[in-house]
Amino acid sequence: MTVTAPAADRAELARLTARRTRRNLIADGALAVATGAALLIVVVILAVILLDVVRNGAPHISWAFLTEAPREGMTAGGIFPAIVGMVEMVVLMTLAGVPVGVATAIYLHEYASPVSRVTRAIRIAVANLAGVPSIVFGLFGLGFFVQFLGAGIDKVLFHGDKVYGQPAIIWAALTMAVLTLPVVIVATEEALRAVPRELREASLALGATKFQTVFNVVVPQASAGILTGTILAVSRGAGEVAPILFTGAAYFLPLLPRSLSSQFMSPSYHVYVLSTQSPDVDATKPILYATVLVLLLLTFTLNFAAVVVRARMRRRTGAPA
Amino acid sequence: MPSVTIPEGAVPVPRAKRASLRVTAPPARPPRLRLAPAPFWHRAAEWMLRVLAVSAIAAIVLILVFIAKEAAPLFYSKVVRAEVTLSKMWWPQLWPGYDESASVWQPVSEIPKFGIWPLILGTLKVTVVAMLVGVPLGVGAALYVSEYARPRTREILKPVVELLAGIPSVVLGFFALIVMATWFQNLFHLESRLNALVSGVALSFAVIPVIFTLSEEAFRAVPRSYIEASTALGAARWQTVSRVVLPAASPGIAAGVALGLGRAIGETMIVLMASGNAAIVSASFADSTRTIAATIAAELAEVVFGGAHYTVLFFLGTLLFLATFGINTAGDWAIGRMKKKLGSTT
Repeated sequence: MTVTAPAADRAELARLTARRTRRNLIADGALAVATGAALLIVVVILAVILLDVVRNGAPHISWAFLTEAPREGMTAGGIFPAIVGMVEMVVLMTLAGVPVGVATAIYLHEYASPVSRVTRAIRIAVANLAGVPSIVFGLFGLGFFVQFLGAGIDKVLFHGDKVYGQPAIIWAALTMAVLTLPVVIVATEEALRAVPRELREASLALGATKFQTVFNVVVPQASAGILTGTILAVSRGAGEVAPILFTGAAYFLPLLPRSLSSQFMSPSYHVYVLSTQSPDVDATKPILYATVLVLLLLTFTLNFAAVVVRARMRRRTGAPA
Repeated sequence: MPSVTIPEGAVPVPRAKRASLRVTAPPARPPRLRLAPAPFWHRAAEWMLRVLAVSAIAAIVLILVFIAKEAAPLFYSKVVRAEVTLSKMWWPQLWPGYDESASVWQPVSEIPKFGIWPLILGTLKVTVVAMLVGVPLGVGAALYVSEYARPRTREILKPVVELLAGIPSVVLGFFALIVMATWFQNLFHLESRLNALVSGVALSFAVIPVIFTLSEEAFRAVPRSYIEASTALGAARWQTVSRVVLPAASPGIAAGVALGLGRAIGETMIVLMASGNAAIVSASFADSTRTIAATIAAELAEVVFGGAHYTVLFFLGTLLFLATFGINTAGDWAIGRMKKKLGSTT
């Protein structure tokens, strides 16, 4: 009988319903159609957005668009400075955020007792950090990094001249690092969980210290998960606007950012500015659509890469999907 | 232990198996081994780990402390309190030129007015639309993917829906502003192009993947034995789904709805771009509205540091933080409850 076969999936199982009364048939059909319609609507929404962006954006993407600065009040030229600014910000964010996130995950999974108060507090903090609205991160970046740290540095090192006490790429990157911390922690911990216990025991049995075991055996095994977390964090950081509104993003800059205290341009902020503050909407539309397409391609490629890395990791370690 | 009588003849094989198992089975806990002695710098590095691990707690505390710190002058600064106090924000005031007392948000006028109710009402309106659209679509799609789709179809459908989560909110805002607003205006003959309806529907696109992912997980977590038992009792599929699967997964769905609600209340870019940002008190979803998050984003760039307006915006940020913190904590609690409820039976 199919009922006992472990491979029978839910769809198959449900076809074994006892009584094919008219009421049951109608209700079953209605439920399937209603839920199927919900799924269809979601997929159609996604398809409409993507098609609209690709259709209107693709004709304007060229090598020149990617390598030139904006010209003529943003109605011509490209988005080169925005791409450079985003890359620099994301690199700074990764350097600052990923090591902390990985360390937190290693501590949580390898060292801390799962029931201790500290562990529980960290987990609650991580879960809540993931839910803090992005605009609140913007306020935090302004209040803590710019006004407190930045102004403090200026007072000590620059005799009160405004160098770091104003919006700057480093403060935007640090704000974004805090925002993406939960992403890195969750992905790393998932990877650590997939490392078999036998590996740790074998290493300890060979006389390695706990520290050697963690850093020579466990972490290399989990490196794919750390990579996944980093990619997802970069994707998130590239797309967010609210946290960098007051902490370093600029509408237009004649120069590329040259120091940690420069402001920067970013494609995500560029989309916001072009679509809300343009004096001539129709003239900026091609540039706007092309920028959106670049941004979407970037985040989708990164998310897809994360999915591939994760799938490979699962296949190698044989962990359940 | 209740005693069970086992018929003769059925005993030997399992008992022999069990006996051999008992010898080789690993102990439930790893044996206490004495580890190799660690050099000093190993222990130092491990202390570093411990310090870094507290960073998440530090972050959440610092966020609250530093936004509350900037909002605090509202309670003690004479300069700020000359312009705005808590009671002026919450109670309708009789402003010069108005016939009756009203809650008005006009921070940059000759007499700055910081009535908070237009913003709260705006946030609620947009959130209600987003949830009305997002919950049925998210839960429905999750139900279809987990209960009706074949395993191979599911492998494709799930990442496709989750692709929606990868779209940056500024892109959703852009789409609502440039494309959807025009469609909605033509379709419903709306007076203002940007309104609570358009921004709420666009906001639901950000909420759907959150609700979908958590609901789908909850549906998948319902033990197979529940469904088998229900089917064996002769229940039709709709009966199994509505009376077994949905109730069992309800804490997970509740968690998804809670996290989606938190996202909807705090989401900034979509509403900033597509809601029209007029701080008016009106019950109509076709009117332009202004939410708390969009107000902060739109106004903070142009305020005097430390002034009354600046302080009030940080106060709004604190409110937003506390509201989402409460909602997310409730959501996490629901997830924990579901795990406990379903974990004990499988």
